[in-house]
Amino acid sequence: MNKETAVIRVRDLVKKFGKFTANDKLCFDVYEGEIFGFLGANGAGKTTALRILCGLSLPTSGEISVAGLDLYSNRERIKKRIGYMSQKFSLYEDLKVYENIRLYAGIYGLSRKEIKQRTDELLETLELEAVRNKRIAELPLGWRQKLAFSVAIIHRPRIVFLDEPTGGVDPITRRQFWDMIYQASRDGITVFVTTHYMDEAEYCDRVCIMEAGRIDAIGTPTELMEEYKAENMDEVFIRIAR
Amino acid sequence: MRTIIHLLQKEFIQIFRNRFMLPIIFVMPIVQMVVLVFAATLEMKNIEMIVVDKDLSEVSRRMTAKFGGSPFFNVKSFTFSIEEAEDFLRANEADIVLHIPRGFEKDLMRENQAKVQLLIDAVNATTAGLSNAYASNVLRDFNEQIIIENFGPVSQGMERVNIRYSFWYNPDLNYKIYMLPGILVILVTLIGMMLTALNLVREKELGTAEQINVTPIRKYQFIIGKLLPFWVIALFELSFGLLVGKILFHLPMEGSIALLFLFASLYLLVALSIGLFLSVISNSQIQVMFLMFFFFITFVLMAGIFTPAESMPDWAIRVNTINPLAYFIRVIRMILLKGSGFADISGEFFALGLYATVMMSLATWRYRKAA
Repeated sequence: MNKETAVIRVRDLVKKFGKFTANDKLCFDVYEGEIFGFLGANGAGKTTALRILCGLSLPTSGEISVAGLDLYSNRERIKKRIGYMSQKFSLYEDLKVYENIRLYAGIYGLSRKEIKQRTDELLETLELEAVRNKRIAELPLGWRQKLAFSVAIIHRPRIVFLDEPTGGVDPITRRQFWDMIYQASRDGITVFVTTHYMDEAEYCDRVCIMEAGRIDAIGTPTELMEEYKAENMDEVFIRIAR
Repeated sequence: MRTIIHLLQKEFIQIFRNRFMLPIIFVMPIVQMVVLVFAATLEMKNIEMIVVDKDLSEVSRRMTAKFGGSPFFNVKSFTFSIEEAEDFLRANEADIVLHIPRGFEKDLMRENQAKVQLLIDAVNATTAGLSNAYASNVLRDFNEQIIIENFGPVSQGMERVNIRYSFWYNPDLNYKIYMLPGILVILVTLIGMMLTALNLVREKELGTAEQINVTPIRKYQFIIGKLLPFWVIALFELSFGLLVGKILFHLPMEGSIALLFLFASLYLLVALSIGLFLSVISNSQIQVMFLMFFFFITFVLMAGIFTPAESMPDWAIRVNTINPLAYFIRVIRMILLKGSGFADISGEFFALGLYATVMMSLATWRYRKAA
């Protein structure tokens, strides 16, 4: 982790839907190469903030830069440098595994040779060579999630945004999924992940806890546990929520 | 460019992997054309007629026989009571009543004029109008015959006006070849618009649209990727429909087929962009279906497929300038039946060119990668 370079810089981010304030003056930095966890209950405003950083939603106000570029003037350029995986399942179910990889790799402008090479690599790492010609619809959910993550970083982005990536997945697959996140982080990709599983918070380098549109606490899991005199992140969260 | 190819490849794989697609593309048009072309005809045969002959003279009997001999009328029964005849009309068992009053022959001979009454079921104004026209024709014929018999051939001194009809472009007044191009237009439009409209909204529902939106894809690339596949399918559908029409109905093709396809390509850009625009502003397949049907049905009913567009009120004719179907219906009939060339349809051509540009820009502009 390189504390010197912030790949995401957010100052006073506000997002309003009519009279409802979903994000109230958020300020935080995400450093190069770290795994940054965005925690909070459902409706706390995590997904809203993440969608703004991905360019899927427009902020009401605030200063934001992502991957070294100003969000307002470079939204489309930022998109080349980031990957995204949403709560909703994002691969095409009626396309085969290799067709999905080819499509996204192609959209990001990879050459035919690169596409072939990365497809082989990816399937080998995931040990999914056997299902290369299967449609996504035929795969179990856990496999699809892992595949979706790998496709989200097929173009080797600087940052990958994961919106509750492990929702509805069994504990073993969740563990494997986190192994993949670590691997991506080791490869130099900054990971921005939202979750409401507190045990996952402990896997992050730094976390930010949101409640009702505001950031309540930010720091490494150890710092937070000390500050709130808690045994684990679950307790930290409960103390903050009170 | 490579991005667009990747998108097109994806769309075509998805389209042909869908098991409903091939029946929609091949079976639907044949069924629709075979059924609708026969059903949607304005030709009238077997108008059921009740005769109330209170005169019972030679002339009245000859008049009745004249109706009986016409291919359009079927004299169903005779009665002496008007009330009874009206009951037939009310019960929907007859379409028209011919009432010959007492003294008809006498009046005709003495005063050179006599009256008959026609009672027509006008629930359907169009068929009533047609029945009336057919009946008047029979009566006029009959009248002429009587004049000739009583006053001798009018030829001496007086020039006899003889009207002989000659129907251009459709000499046999064959409604089928008139309806067929119209039905083909409906078919091609429905399939093209519907598939385009549903496609994008489905991606929104599934969440894949969002995944596409975080990629650096350009808006125009996305729009082309969504339009082009269905444009190709709709054009194919048109060729297939024309072929079926040629084989089953001997659809005449007087004009240039290349010109027809050139025009159709432009027309489909308009129709498909409208479908795409509707799907851009909708969030669910149900929403887009409602919007689609609202526009589609309005367009179809105003397009002049079933009724002559020229006889609509002025405001409706003005509304029709934004009805793409009206243009294509007019042009496809002109090219196929009349053999019109580019000069004859250039107005429509440029109007649709402008329309296509506007609709595509609107769809591209309104498509937002960020909400």
